[in-house]
Amino acid sequence: MTLNFSHFTAALIFSICASTVFGITQRDNTRAMIRYGLYCLAWFIGGVLVAGWFMWFLKR
Amino acid sequence: MANEKTIANAAVPQTNMMRVIAPLAGWLIPGAGHLIQKRWIRGILIFLSVTIMFFSGLGMQGKVYGFNLGDLLDMLGFIGDFGNGLFYFIARSMDWGQGAIFRATADYGTKFVVCAGLLNFIAAIDAHHIAIGKKQ
Repeated sequence: MTLNFSHFTAALIFSICASTVFGITQRDNTRAMIRYGLYCLAWFIGGVLVAGWFMWFLKR
Repeated sequence: MANEKTIANAAVPQTNMMRVIAPLAGWLIPGAGHLIQKRWIRGILIFLSVTIMFFSGLGMQGKVYGFNLGDLLDMLGFIGDFGNGLFYFIARSMDWGQGAIFRATADYGTKFVVCAGLLNFIAAIDAHHIAIGKKQ
């Protein structure tokens, strides 16, 4: 089976999975885990969007 | 008083066993280190995260590295892949992840498989921390 993800979808799947594990392993209580997971997810997705727009400007 | 001592002594061997078993189980089956310590939701989330990443990587035609003493990046790739535990051995035995790379996302797939293994290493260490009482 071959999966044809777009670059953004691949980055989104990576971000969600990595943020989940980071949240669980890097914090001690449930509330802090959720907050840290969301914080990591926001940075991952934000970084992807910023890098994407940067490359778009670079191309022009 | 004596009863408390008995309970404390009974708990020590279990903790000593668990500090070895939890990370090993967590490495072999993602999330198992948490599940055997009754951290059900954490265990299931770790299992889902590592499994989805690993199989997405394979689905994107990512490469699974075998043991090698060649290029440094290939050796590091093997270490990362090895973190997937049982999934790694299944993938190697079934010859998955051996295809030639034809698409740009196949390179992403290779990184997905490596990162899934590294995340599983982190989760296994977290299971060890729970077993030794360093974390709840």
